[in-house]
Amino acid sequence: MLWAVVSGFLVAFIAPLVHRLGRRAAGPVLALLPLGLFIFFLSHLPDVAAGEVFRHEALTWSAVLDVTVSFYLDGLSLLFALLITGIGTIIVAYAGTYLEDHPDRGRFYVALLSFMASMLGVVLADNLITLFVFWELTSLTSYILIGFDHEKAESRNSALQALLVTALGGLALLAGFVMLGLIGGSFELTELLNEREAITGHGLYVPMLVLVLLGAFTKSAQFPFHFWLPNAMAAPTPVSAYLHSSTMVKAGVYLLARLSPAVGGTEVWLWTLVIVGGVTMVIGAYLAIQQVYLKRILAYSTISALGVLVFLTGMASAEAETAARYAGTAFGAFLLGHALYKATLFLVAGTITHETDEKDVTKLGGLARAMPMTAFAAALAGLSMAGVPPFFGFIGKELLLEAALQQAAWAWLLTAAAVVTGTLFIIVAGLIAWRPFYGEVRQTPKHPHEAPAIMWVGPALLATLSLLIGILPGYFGTPLTMPATASVLFAGGDEAARTGLLEEHRLALWHGINLALLLSVGILVLGVGLFAAHQHVMAALRPVQWTLRIGPAKWYDIAFKSVIGFAGLQTRVLQSGFLRVYLAITILTMVGLVGYGIFRLDDLPVSLELPAENLWAYAYQNLYVLVTAVMILLGTFGAVHSRSRLAAIASLGVVGFGVALIYVFYGAPDLAMTQFLIETLTVILFVLVFYHLPAFPTVSGKLSRGRDVLIALSAGTVMTTLVLIATSVQVQERISDYFVEQAVPLGEGRNVVNVILVDFRSVDTLGEIVVLAIAGVGVLALLKLRPGRKRA
Amino acid sequence: MMTSTILRTATRYLFPLLMLFSIFLLIRGHDEPGGGFIGGLLAAMSFAMYALAYDVPTARLMLRVDPKYLVGVGLLLAGLAGVFGLVWNAPYMTTYWWHPETGPLAGQHLGTPLIFDIGVYLVVIGVTLMIVFNLAEE
Repeated sequence: MLWAVVSGFLVAFIAPLVHRLGRRAAGPVLALLPLGLFIFFLSHLPDVAAGEVFRHEALTWSAVLDVTVSFYLDGLSLLFALLITGIGTIIVAYAGTYLEDHPDRGRFYVALLSFMASMLGVVLADNLITLFVFWELTSLTSYILIGFDHEKAESRNSALQALLVTALGGLALLAGFVMLGLIGGSFELTELLNEREAITGHGLYVPMLVLVLLGAFTKSAQFPFHFWLPNAMAAPTPVSAYLHSSTMVKAGVYLLARLSPAVGGTEVWLWTLVIVGGVTMVIGAYLAIQQVYLKRILAYSTISALGVLVFLTGMASAEAETAARYAGTAFGAFLLGHALYKATLFLVAGTITHETDEKDVTKLGGLARAMPMTAFAAALAGLSMAGVPPFFGFIGKELLLEAALQQAAWAWLLTAAAVVTGTLFIIVAGLIAWRPFYGEVRQTPKHPHEAPAIMWVGPALLATLSLLIGILPGYFGTPLTMPATASVLFAGGDEAARTGLLEEHRLALWHGINLALLLSVGILVLGVGLFAAHQHVMAALRPVQWTLRIGPAKWYDIAFKSVIGFAGLQTRVLQSGFLRVYLAITILTMVGLVGYGIFRLDDLPVSLELPAENLWAYAYQNLYVLVTAVMILLGTFGAVHSRSRLAAIASLGVVGFGVALIYVFYGAPDLAMTQFLIETLTVILFVLVFYHLPAFPTVSGKLSRGRDVLIALSAGTVMTTLVLIATSVQVQERISDYFVEQAVPLGEGRNVVNVILVDFRSVDTLGEIVVLAIAGVGVLALLKLRPGRKRA
Repeated sequence: MMTSTILRTATRYLFPLLMLFSIFLLIRGHDEPGGGFIGGLLAAMSFAMYALAYDVPTARLMLRVDPKYLVGVGLLLAGLAGVFGLVWNAPYMTTYWWHPETGPLAGQHLGTPLIFDIGVYLVVIGVTLMIVFNLAEE
């Protein structure tokens, strides 16, 4: 399973090469990878459908922190993995043709394949931290994908918005995961899933839940974080199709479903999910029918569908067993159904725009004659979305209604929300699958033709699957979705319940004449009627149009602008551009913090062990140290009082070499050598900039000198006290003794300083040289990119 | 910059000695005072001396590569020095040693820390010269 995830990243590396060699064939060739993975996952289907789970621990990342790279495959992961790889295959092949003329196609494959691999990582990870890493990788790769047309400001802004919203949620999620791991006693999902009582009963349960939900809701574009998703439509259409049908936004839904047995089952969980999901599904669908651009209509309908899935995940935690089972079953069925029709409709929308150069649905019509295969795929997918039997979408919607009806509390309200959403979905389906293809032929900027085969085979295949699974739910639907349902409902260890569910429950088209069926019929009639009267509906809604303008997108803008404004303000206050001000701020901060720490100590643990009786003899023995100290002091005074810059620098050099001598006296040749070299280098640098500096005497006046004396004295006092304390207090055993002892046996070196630098503490050193490199680049930037200067 | 014949002549003779000494410091660093940081500073200094005695283009010519590549290669070496452990499922930066018993290196010990130190050496040279050369070109 490790290779299933890693292969995506590896192939992403060579994708540009394949593109360069293969040209037109690159898309289909690269599609072989997701296809292979799809077959690999499909081969696990029989075992997983029988209730088996696979776990694979690939690497111990950090044993101390309980972080492993481990993977887990059960019904839920498998369903997601199949969707990711299956739809991924079609997307990769389709994208090759869709972006035929795009110069950056090679880079596009890199981002797309890395994104696919990250997404697989999310749904297969067993360790929470591993999951989180892949989760953030999906945010990053989708940022690149959404901003793919990076020369358009709109693309860049949308990508940034998506990244900021999901990354903020990601931060909350990380905190939530850490809390969850600490509460549950493990970071492995397999173990957490059996710890529901310990987790939900813990005092920190609610704060943890809030953080995790924030992460999931932002990712899955739940109200009020839904606004980033329609903007993400700036991405090329195949990307939108992929992000919306089976990946990215589904990651949040996956997480909720995955964690449901571990952290669900409480009132807080149930009602938060039901309310947020319910509001999102109604608002999303309502906003969808107001749009005129193909992709925006679909985007809002995706928000609505995500709402449905969250809504169902919430209800799957209902106390009554039948209600929970219906909701769980509906979750699996709706997930699969939605992925199939949504991917198709997006690809169809892409094909329409590709062939006509028109994306406004009100300006399209009668395309069925020119593009029969696309129209065919669109019709099937549209019927599935509308929930018409015998399409698979019908089964999903039936179960949704049934689940809402079965709820113990507020069943009528939940059912009403489901009915409204279902009705609006029919209008959406009509707008996408009917409006562009039938009715009178409209003039478009480009004369429409049927797209190349590779652009309609995929959508047609997916749409046909919608029909096939709908007709034969027992053969195709049940083994795919019921194991996923079991994963949502039961913990991993609950084998009896799991197999019980798999044996008893099957998806079926016909449930007998019941309330859900009657509601379904009502929805169909109402939906078709409203679609026919779409113009009038829109006219009737016009007076409430203003509500669209005060949505959360506005709040985001305000928040974004205030952050930028605040950053500007504090930059103006703190970043004066004068080195002396920076130094003063840095030193005063240090003095303040350390000084406060020393002040808080009850008594100063300073002991100066001077041999009091024969102080003179002691001084005489260490005369060379005293002389050096006096030299350093004289150098300092010289530097301060000098009237010429050259003399000041020379005096500072005396100080530096004096300190180096002290290192030599006390047996630190490495430090001494470094100090000597640095002092020399300082002189060289000084010589280089000598002629660029302003005249010396004007640098500071009397007043500012007085201020600087105060700062310097306080810093000196605090540092001296700190050093004295540090040398007199021994809290723990000195680690340096350990290093000295182990340098030869463990580090194979007699120079302890070097062994520490390159072996014992090598990661620290690595960090330091990275900082050094960054500082170097910073200096380079300051020198080379000054305003009013030609770029070097 | 400065057209002093004494400085130029001295630089020409000192440069190879300083470079040799810096490599000597780098290699002995694990057992005696020295190491990549000190060696790197010294090497950078000898190039800086060239820039002072002659001019920056001459010094750049002596270095042959742009200092920024040294920074990149150095970081890469230092980072890669730690990955050997990962192959045997040991933590990153686990060190490995090789003790040749015959051949010209007999009796010495060579290990991944040396690779790491060479990385440090190159980064220090690169960053220092990046700053020195650009300041000198002002």
